[in-house]
Amino acid sequence: MSDFLSISLLGSMLSLGIPIILPMLGGLICERSGVVNIGLEGLMLAGAFGAVLFSWLTGSAWLGLGGAMLCGLLGGGLLAVMTVTLRGDQVVAATAINLAAAGLTAALVPAIWGIDGTTPSVPQIPDMQLPVLPELPWVGPAFAQVTLIDALVFALVFAVWWVLMRTDLGLSLRACGESAASADAAGIPVLGIRFWAVAVSGVFAALGGAYLSIVMLDVFQASMTQGRGFLALAAMVFGKWRVGPALVVSLAFGLAEAMALQAQIYVERLPHELLFALPYVLALVALATFVGRASGPADVGKPFHRA
Amino acid sequence: MGQIERHPPLPAEGTLSLEPQVLADLRERAAQAATGPGRGARLRDAARALAGRGGIFALTLGAATLAILPVVLATGADLGVTAQAFLDGSLGSRFAISETLVQMIPLLIAGLAVAVSFHAGLFNMGVEGQLIFGGLIAGVIGATLELPPALLSVLCLAGGVAGGALMALVPAALKAWRGVHEVVTTIMMNFIARSLAIYAVSPSGPFVSASQPSATEKIPRGAKLPVIWDGTRLHAGLLIALAVMVGLWWLLYRTPLGYRIRLVGANARAARASGVSVGRVTVATLLISGGIGGLAGAVQVLGVYGRFFDSFSAGYGWTGIAVALLAGLSPFGTLVSSFFFAMLASGAVQMQAVAGISREMINVVSGLVVGFVAIQPATLHLARAIRARFGPKARPLTGDPRE
Repeated sequence: MSDFLSISLLGSMLSLGIPIILPMLGGLICERSGVVNIGLEGLMLAGAFGAVLFSWLTGSAWLGLGGAMLCGLLGGGLLAVMTVTLRGDQVVAATAINLAAAGLTAALVPAIWGIDGTTPSVPQIPDMQLPVLPELPWVGPAFAQVTLIDALVFALVFAVWWVLMRTDLGLSLRACGESAASADAAGIPVLGIRFWAVAVSGVFAALGGAYLSIVMLDVFQASMTQGRGFLALAAMVFGKWRVGPALVVSLAFGLAEAMALQAQIYVERLPHELLFALPYVLALVALATFVGRASGPADVGKPFHRA
Repeated sequence: MGQIERHPPLPAEGTLSLEPQVLADLRERAAQAATGPGRGARLRDAARALAGRGGIFALTLGAATLAILPVVLATGADLGVTAQAFLDGSLGSRFAISETLVQMIPLLIAGLAVAVSFHAGLFNMGVEGQLIFGGLIAGVIGATLELPPALLSVLCLAGGVAGGALMALVPAALKAWRGVHEVVTTIMMNFIARSLAIYAVSPSGPFVSASQPSATEKIPRGAKLPVIWDGTRLHAGLLIALAVMVGLWWLLYRTPLGYRIRLVGANARAARASGVSVGRVTVATLLISGGIGGLAGAVQVLGVYGRFFDSFSAGYGWTGIAVALLAGLSPFGTLVSSFFFAMLASGAVQMQAVAGISREMINVVSGLVVGFVAIQPATLHLARAIRARFGPKARPLTGDPRE
């Protein structure tokens, strides 16, 4: 039982939390600019698929990562055209992205590799240890669980917080989400900012998908994201659209998933089919206890056009 | 249409009943309207509205088809062969037509489930989970209770409705009392419903069959929905689906609750201001939607498989979103759009075998259809601009002064 609460739980919490953290960041950027994004799930799938496809084509996992970002940018850009440029309903448009991405990625696997379901193995992002830190006394073993990629993700979290909360661009972006009309009156290019916020959220979601497909694994599987895009959205809402709290909630979801996995290994005769639902139940509980209805951006979900 | 008639004088404010003379006048007008000269204009309006609906339907489908062409070509399939396989597989024979209708049943019911929630401005994205859980409850009831077949059949269907409504209850309660947006919660419930269903028929699960993994025991033959077309799989679920369709139309357009549902969907603030309890309508709508979704699962279990399989749903709940949106949320329109998606589903087998097109393409088509519906305001605006620029001059308004 001591294994159950070991350091390795920390490691799997991180690696299961990151595929929630990355789309959460995308969703946060998107919603702070005033556009609801329930298409994160589909954009993640696009990224997971793009990563494997480009990794397979080029033989380089890093180019695979680039391919994932490209797919995310295209998918996010498409969503931006539908929601920002054409002012379509944001939930309906994102549902379209989710359906099309799930169908397209699943249909392309047999079309490209000739087999249903799971692709063959492709080059994977190597596990790189952090320099120096794991050799430290006491805290060393904890750092040994953190790969370089994980550390980069946390740097990215900080960067998003910095841009959103400490730069003019971030202020403009948040203004678009709080009151698009006021932002417009102040000379902020509302449509441009929203467009790029949606497109960039696609890149973040795609990176989350790529983490699943070519960092944790080396294959793409149909619907391998398993609702993590939606968990990310729940984490963002429960974190009240703020980077820090949403990060903590994302990690909590990752921990729930990690515990479900470990319990399956260490505790016999546990219905792991039910444990699989743990993160989703946790997300529901989080949403149910969510207090303060009005903490989202005031203008989120409202298409903007000059009267 | 001739001149516009003036309204009869309205009763003074504060008076509760109409004066007898006014009432008689109104009745006479109503009778005249049903048979008199106004009727032709209303029929013409209805026909024009229908043509508009049909036009949008055809445009959306046409655009989705165009958009999917490059994908089909990219997979290396021959277009002519693909189209032929699609038509052969969905309409080419007695068997093909019956299979299309079999596929249509869950899609129609699921589409109606989605449509009713959208009418209230609610996004029930959990129809897939409601369908799975409804199917599970129906399968469990059918496999465990020992009752006369007809009664068992009804009980299974009722259980399916209850199961679906139960899955919708959590999002409904959270929406009404905590203000949590239903999109995320209904989606979460999908995963929870699926885990419950997989667990229930897992090797250690409580309802797993002794002989068939991942399934419940068989439902007694007599309790299954009877086949209504000899020599095919087409079952009485079709009649249930059609009854739900008519019932939903009746609910939405002929009952106070339906009026409230549409009012909340059109403008929740106005609904609240006019005394409608938005929370209550929200809960009622989501429960109705979930119940219909659960019924779709129960009908599929009772009509096609005769037992619950944990993977019996081929994403019907998701395709249902496209079915409802393509139909413009109209219950009768849903019949047409579900038939189209059923053709895709039954044609997919043939397309896969002959042209190598994956069945997953249905989801791509769904996505494209939903996408084109999302941008419909913009495309209609464009169409209007084009018509104003190049088309015939707009006719002067006639007929109903409300136009």
